[in-house]
Amino acid sequence: MPPSSAKAVIEFRGVSKRYGVGAVGLDQATFAVDRGEFVFLVGATGSGKSTLMRLLIKELEPDAGMIRVAGHDLAEIVRNRVPYYRRNLGVVFQDFKLLPNRTVHDNVAYALQVTGRTRREIRDKVPDILRLTGLSTKLHNFPDELSGGEQQRVSIARAFVNHPPLLLADEPTGNLDPETSIGIMQLLYRINRTGTTVLVATHDQTMVDKMRRRVIELREGRVVRDEATGLYTRDESTREFALRLRNDAPQAPEHL
Amino acid sequence: MRLSFFLREALRSMRRNAVPSFAAMATVLVTMLMLGLFIPVVQATTGAANSVRKRVLVDVYLKTSAKPADVARVQTLLHKTPHVGKLEYVSRDAAYAQQRKAHPDLYKLLGANPLPDTFRVTPDNPDNALALQRALAPPAAAGGVVPIDESIAVVKNRKTDTQKILTVTNMVKVTTAVLALVLISASVLLIANTIRLSMFARKREVEVMKLVGATDWFIRWPFVIEGTILGALGALGAVVLLGLGKVLVLDRFFHGITSVSAPHTVPFAALIAIVLAGGVAVSALGSGISLRRFLRV
Repeated sequence: MPPSSAKAVIEFRGVSKRYGVGAVGLDQATFAVDRGEFVFLVGATGSGKSTLMRLLIKELEPDAGMIRVAGHDLAEIVRNRVPYYRRNLGVVFQDFKLLPNRTVHDNVAYALQVTGRTRREIRDKVPDILRLTGLSTKLHNFPDELSGGEQQRVSIARAFVNHPPLLLADEPTGNLDPETSIGIMQLLYRINRTGTTVLVATHDQTMVDKMRRRVIELREGRVVRDEATGLYTRDESTREFALRLRNDAPQAPEHL
Repeated sequence: MRLSFFLREALRSMRRNAVPSFAAMATVLVTMLMLGLFIPVVQATTGAANSVRKRVLVDVYLKTSAKPADVARVQTLLHKTPHVGKLEYVSRDAAYAQQRKAHPDLYKLLGANPLPDTFRVTPDNPDNALALQRALAPPAAAGGVVPIDESIAVVKNRKTDTQKILTVTNMVKVTTAVLALVLISASVLLIANTIRLSMFARKREVEVMKLVGATDWFIRWPFVIEGTILGALGALGAVVLLGLGKVLVLDRFFHGITSVSAPHTVPFAALIAIVLAGGVAVSALGSGISLRRFLRV
């Protein structure tokens, strides 16, 4: 068991989760993610990636083990405090999970409204974040008027508008074409560079290989690999990063 | 700031879900209209049934040979008997005069007065009529009945009439009670179902709100406000229709008859209050409660 790190943002210790009889979600998963890291969570369907994500947003409770996020034991958060806990997380999903009845602006604003921000703050912050994510011209469009990539950008903008210390992304590029995916990854990287810890679950192996970040691999609920891949260049600019994603051929296999 | 935000949210959601909102409103309108019609109808029928039941009488016929002293004795005896409500004495002369007026030809044929002195006894409760009769003329061991006083000839309760009135009015009461129960449960189920459907359509929306970190009440308030507004609109519609019905139909055609055929119905203002409060309460509570299932995320 690795030593508990004081600066760990996420810490899993012997976490297990079973669904009903036999179906394994997670099995004795143990790992820690430090502040400011960009971590990939990979594995086949059913390997436990989504279970791990759902445990982190406290949508599920583990059967055994301990999960700590930013030093807080999740088991100690009572039900009616869960919303307050979730405000410290940004969450991005494969299916975007936008509110269909709200415009791009209102979708992002909703994340601020739930925390009781004033209208002035909302007026200041929302256009900023939408500019950062490249959506300034789509402010008053509804989600179904946007492309998949744009919808995912809205969802990222909403996840990041509160500047959470931790951003979780479950298959953020699962529904998107490679070029759009690069744009999304670039955006996540940019967010990571502001100091936010980013955890991305994906089965896009080529993307992971190109990104050359830390990779945690799950198989049947168990952590089978946890390593930094290739050149872990932390101070790479977003443009260099994107350039590399587009041009680099995957490196020769450096693992297994 | 909070309240105005919730209000705006409720209005936005009504605008964006115009069709389900309209359906919910129409449901409330129809059920409240039924309720508004049903309350006075039930009251009128039970009122009518009760006034019919008041006519249940037990007649105590004295022997024609009875002297005024006997009459007085029987009267005190009757006063002491349990279940006796009202006592009306009809002397044989009064009865004769009354009957002669009703059937002059028949009574011309009769020379003397064949009618006995009579007490018309109204039981304290119509259901006690038979018990009262048994008390005044208990069954004898040898069969038949023996009245409790020797000058009483016979105790009659106009048996067939009484029996009929009692069964029919009881049936009316039970039927209206059952109907009311069925109608009320149907309305509640209908409204609950409408709300459930419109909630289900927004299940995803609620899920997303929870993921963003909205508290349960932050999500719930707009729904409850929306339910309240829709319920109030529906109930208001029902009240308008009821008012129109009252002014255009009841007051015009039953003017002057109403007081006879419908003895006591609820005042219109109270009816409006019931309909409005019912509509609002059911929809607001329904919205808040049916949301609970989806909040468990």
